[in-house]
Amino acid sequence: MKNKILRNMLIPGVVGVLCVVVPAVLIQLRVINGYTAQILTLAGVNAIMAISVNVICGITGQLSLGQAGFQALGAYGVILLTANCHIPLGVSIVLAGLIAAFFGFLIGFPTLKLEGDYLAIVTLAFGEIIRVVLVNLKGITGGPNGKQFSTVFTTSLTYGAMISYVAIIGSLVLIIVLLQNFLRSTYGRAILAVREDEIAANSNGVGVFKYKMVGFVIASFIAGIAGALYAPFIGFIKPDLASFNNSINALIYVVLGGMGSVTGSVIAAFVLTELQEVLRFLKDYRLLIYPVILILVMLFRPQGLLGTKELSFVKCWDGIPGLWKKITGKLKKNNTEAK
Amino acid sequence: MEKEDDLVLRAKDISIVFGGLKAVTDFSLDLHEGELVGLIGPNGAGKTTIFNMLSGIYKPTDGVVTFCGRDDKIRVINKKSPAELNKLGIARTFQNIRLFGSLTVGDNVKIALHQSRNVSSFDVLFRTFKFRKDENLMTEKTEHLLEIFHILDKKNELARNLPYGEQRKLEIVRALASNPKLLLLDEPAAGMNEQETVELMELIRFIRKEFNLTILLIEHDMHLVMGICERLMVLDYGRVIASGLPNEIQSNPAVIKAYLGSDYEKMVSDSTEGSSGAKEGGAE
Amino acid sequence: MDTFLKQLVNGLSLGSIYALIALGYTMVYGIVKLINFAHGDVMMVGAYTGYFVLRAMGATPLGLAVAFIAAMVVCSLLSLLIERCAYRPLRNAPRLNSLITAIAVELILQNTMRVLPFVGPDPRQFPTMATKVFTLNTASFPNGIISISNIQLVVIISSAVLMVVLNYVINYTKTGKAMRAVSYDMGAASLMGISVNRTIAFTFVIGSILAGAGGVLYATAYPQIDPVMGYIPGLKAFVAAVLGGIGSVPGAMLGGVILGIAETMTKAYLSSQYADAISYCILIVILLVKPAGLLGKKTNIKV
Repeated sequence: MKNKILRNMLIPGVVGVLCVVVPAVLIQLRVINGYTAQILTLAGVNAIMAISVNVICGITGQLSLGQAGFQALGAYGVILLTANCHIPLGVSIVLAGLIAAFFGFLIGFPTLKLEGDYLAIVTLAFGEIIRVVLVNLKGITGGPNGKQFSTVFTTSLTYGAMISYVAIIGSLVLIIVLLQNFLRSTYGRAILAVREDEIAANSNGVGVFKYKMVGFVIASFIAGIAGALYAPFIGFIKPDLASFNNSINALIYVVLGGMGSVTGSVIAAFVLTELQEVLRFLKDYRLLIYPVILILVMLFRPQGLLGTKELSFVKCWDGIPGLWKKITGKLKKNNTEAK
Repeated sequence: MEKEDDLVLRAKDISIVFGGLKAVTDFSLDLHEGELVGLIGPNGAGKTTIFNMLSGIYKPTDGVVTFCGRDDKIRVINKKSPAELNKLGIARTFQNIRLFGSLTVGDNVKIALHQSRNVSSFDVLFRTFKFRKDENLMTEKTEHLLEIFHILDKKNELARNLPYGEQRKLEIVRALASNPKLLLLDEPAAGMNEQETVELMELIRFIRKEFNLTILLIEHDMHLVMGICERLMVLDYGRVIASGLPNEIQSNPAVIKAYLGSDYEKMVSDSTEGSSGAKEGGAE
Repeated sequence: MDTFLKQLVNGLSLGSIYALIALGYTMVYGIVKLINFAHGDVMMVGAYTGYFVLRAMGATPLGLAVAFIAAMVVCSLLSLLIERCAYRPLRNAPRLNSLITAIAVELILQNTMRVLPFVGPDPRQFPTMATKVFTLNTASFPNGIISISNIQLVVIISSAVLMVVLNYVINYTKTGKAMRAVSYDMGAASLMGISVNRTIAFTFVIGSILAGAGGVLYATAYPQIDPVMGYIPGLKAFVAAVLGGIGSVPGAMLGGVILGIAETMTKAYLSSQYADAISYCILIVILLVKPAGLLGKKTNIKV
């Protein structure tokens, strides 16, 4: 039994480490060029945002249309902490996430008392309020024209791309691991119970408001981290980061990947980020792709790619012998037929 | 407050008003430890509304409810939330099954064990030894309970895929998992056939003894009600119209008038062969 | 004092436009429980239709009248298309799915307008009539003068007329009765022989007629139009609908006017930059304090 637990931890662990290390090395060796590296890294940020939206919408079951607001708070937060307060970058990234989480806590109080549509609209309203405030606090945020951030990952030209990749994809893997640990526990079950049936959850000892708040705060923390990683990656942020469009982009990853599936939203984020790049030649027609995908998914496959299931590396590993047998069996058959 | 003999729950003249309509008027009930009491009456009489008041989903507009919790402290529980009441020792099932459909049978039960958890967020995030111990304990308790109700083999099935009768049983298992002192069962036998109902009656008797429960149940199935309830309260239009032993209720003209249900005819013909006569419709 | 009165008139004018758009939100929500995110962008399409008509015919009263009619027709057709293709298939799906679809429709409308060659993403100037300001000396305010521009007159009067017509349709016609029936209970209404599909389509059409008119009026009052112009007024009109009580027609009218006046007063006396944020704060406060809105009714859920 103990071996099984160890094995179940080892397989995804190894996959996670490989995902961080192997491409990083390839980037450093220039096997993967700078452009592709940037796309992968950006997809990583989008994946973290997708996870944030998934936590609040898919797992906690509360539709939030303002997660980009927390991302912006994290982004501006990391700039202020590093540039103005001279805190080292690594620490300020975590602190910025905590700042976003704190605002999530404040905003959660009025918001989570509401249901369904109203909750969605209020989160949208808060996202807009954050954007308006960021635009108008010119002294701190640099106003609508945005703010430069000099402490970037890419200050070092030789290692820059690799550092960005490792920092962001590494954070992504870490977030996935910790989140899965949290969800596959009694706390995770409590949050899922709230999503499934509030009255039954309440009657069985799970404080509904408390666990909605837990989900909301975790989601805002993750969004804040996404923003806090985005700022040193890109080096320049604008209040537009908090816009509704940005929140919707993250929502699209989750809808496509499957509400409630963390791995699903990560995969969708990578696929769609790549798609946006590949389709650059379509110019402004590109902007139609996302919403059209959204409608098609809603009409024909509302549960998205993975529904509420997670991609299980353990199951993949176990399936390899069977797959191998199939392939070799087919090859043998072709050979005998050819004769 | 001092503990009054073995009183578990006392509802004193509780009423509730919904936008001008008084759904329940002056309902009073004393539940003593270990009792198995039935709440019956025609549809719409207010039985589930009373359950909702006792379990914290509705707050009574009048009257007082006091409960003696697991910690032997007596409290007024009018304003407490369902989660707080669950922690104090009240658990319930629902008229329309409310399971956590897309979660497994095992997880449904484990959720009720959440409030007795022994881990912090740190333990959970970093999968400490304490976490594993707690999880194993929860799994053990869950399997033990599922075994009693003969649905252990379905542990990893999704709750919504279970047949109806087993879903009802699962709801009871889940309620038991929160270690209650008072169990409220809302139509536990609904949709069950005769064989399943007999089995359920056995199970209810068993869990009452095994888990030291006080049980209040709502039911329309007269066989179950007459079979296991020690006393009954009859509700009609939000008021208690009769209360007492099952035999007395059977022959109570007010109750007969309020429509005991189509089972009545069968019961009358059954009991004419038995000892307690129910023929004379005289005054109480 | 005269500034106050002037701002009041401004607020009334803006509020009438919000009311027109809010009516579309509230009627659709009342009948299919859907927040039609795309509604603000239907208004945008109306504004652009008016733009092309006025460009062709010149900014004359006749041109404006034709612009109104054209906008109303185009918006109705657009709305019918959206309802048929995007909303009707999802009528029995979870509410979340319809909401997400509505967001998608909004984005498609915005971005289609951006890529259409004859529209494009850049703002355009809406042709307006020459502004004439009427002033009235009132006896009660010897020093005060109520001043109102001809444009504002057009806005307020057209909105009022449309709302009176709407009120008549809803309360005194058979179709209006059908709309009310379907909003109470879709199943029962269909059992009574009411064609639910047609009634719902009709509701969308009426809403978009008002939105189209609202778009032309908004562009007349704020003459710069671009493909994303519908987003913020749409959001504010939704706030107005919630303020008045979502699902309530008189509520939407009241909410619109109140919000318009509140916004104008905020811009005049508090801060013009945070005016939008304050409108959103009104939304949040209302939902917390009186979620049914000023004229709405509270419903209980059966456990």
